[in-house]
Amino acid sequence: MKKINTPLNFNKIKSLKSGQEVLLSGTIYTARDQAHQRLVQAIKSRKALPFGFRDAVIYYCGPTQTPKGKIIGSCGPTTSSRMDGFSNLLLIKGLRGMIGKGNRSEEVRGAIKKHKGIYFITYAGCGALLSKYVKSAEMVAYADLGPEAILKLEVKDFPLIVAIDVQGRSVYGED
Amino acid sequence: MKEIKAVEITRAVMELVKRANFSLRKDVLSALRKAYRCEKNKRAKTILKMILDNAVYANKENLAICQDTGLPVVFVRIGQNLKISGNLKEAINSGIAAGYKKYSLRNSIVLNPLLRGKSGFSPCVMHMDIVFGDKLKLILLPKGFGCENKSQLRMFKPTCGLDEIKKFIIDAVKIAGADACPPYVIGVGIGGTADYASMMAKQALLIKLSAKHSKLEEDLLKQINKTGIGPMGLGGRTTALALNILTYPTHIAGLPVSVNISCHALRSAEIVL
Repeated sequence: MKKINTPLNFNKIKSLKSGQEVLLSGTIYTARDQAHQRLVQAIKSRKALPFGFRDAVIYYCGPTQTPKGKIIGSCGPTTSSRMDGFSNLLLIKGLRGMIGKGNRSEEVRGAIKKHKGIYFITYAGCGALLSKYVKSAEMVAYADLGPEAILKLEVKDFPLIVAIDVQGRSVYGED
Repeated sequence: MKEIKAVEITRAVMELVKRANFSLRKDVLSALRKAYRCEKNKRAKTILKMILDNAVYANKENLAICQDTGLPVVFVRIGQNLKISGNLKEAINSGIAAGYKKYSLRNSIVLNPLLRGKSGFSPCVMHMDIVFGDKLKLILLPKGFGCENKSQLRMFKPTCGLDEIKKFIIDAVKIAGADACPPYVIGVGIGGTADYASMMAKQALLIKLSAKHSKLEEDLLKQINKTGIGPMGLGGRTTALALNILTYPTHIAGLPVSVNISCHALRSAEIVL
């Protein structure tokens, strides 16, 4: 199976096709609803962002609390479509990859194609199993958001399926 | 008169929190195993295997089956001859909060739906019912919101045809599509009032998946599994594991139909005190 490492520059993802399975290693950042709203507000008011967006990967995930002795709790993907309204601006700012579950809007598919991004899905409802691939977790920003805070995760061979590739082809088909 | 103390209720709820979140329901596991055996689509089979492995791993490691440990919904059935000392609702909410904290689940509840703000572990949503006898039955259903967001309610005309209702139910599943973690379990409430139909749709998720199904339920399930949505929405014959309908008498002017969808991680646990 194809293995890729972050940061995800265009060369690493240009040959990936929708439907293809890949294993991702490196750094990814968790962000979901409230964190997206804050990131977009920060961009619009020209404030500094909590992490470098260039070639970065965002994971739509809000893990459980971390059980004692573990690196992270259950940490599967949340529904990506709720983040649709925020994604275009983040892609313009250099975001390369998104990981979640489910379909995206036509606007997001278009933005992925235009900005040469990529959208992955991972095994939804398998949060316990996915925690095995997380090697470290560190708070980066918005700690007050609790499970919606931005965490920096180091992952090893995190299992993904390409759902929308750089050419905008979707595994779910196109409208 | 039999008496139950609030502290016993809190303890029981904590136990339910653990059971519901760490161990998948036996009937759900059996349905998933059967789906895995019957599925012909290779990718669907791989996903079903992952889902089964996840359930085993969660149980072994005391990890939540899914990071969305839900909005806890508690069905409370109170025997009319039972005396409860202390505050019943507080006892239940204390058990939820203490259990979710103790077992490192997720604090997904915001106190104000509009202002949002800092999230916590409680309160839960309670459905109270007074029943005959002197026992207290508590059922916890941690309802994930990816699938709860796909709920639908429609007030049909009393003269509408059954086909219209069937289409509404199947369309609700199609709208959920890949987003809400298929394969689904579908709960349907028909009759009563708008609120009662929705409560029944939720309650229908508690019915054993292996229970005997009506012709209508079987027919709907068959049609849903023909949509080809499949596990994770990537194709296959396993779009739903089961569909259960609850009905109640209704008004001559109306026909409420509510659909409540559950993801494959349909979790619930019950206890009788």
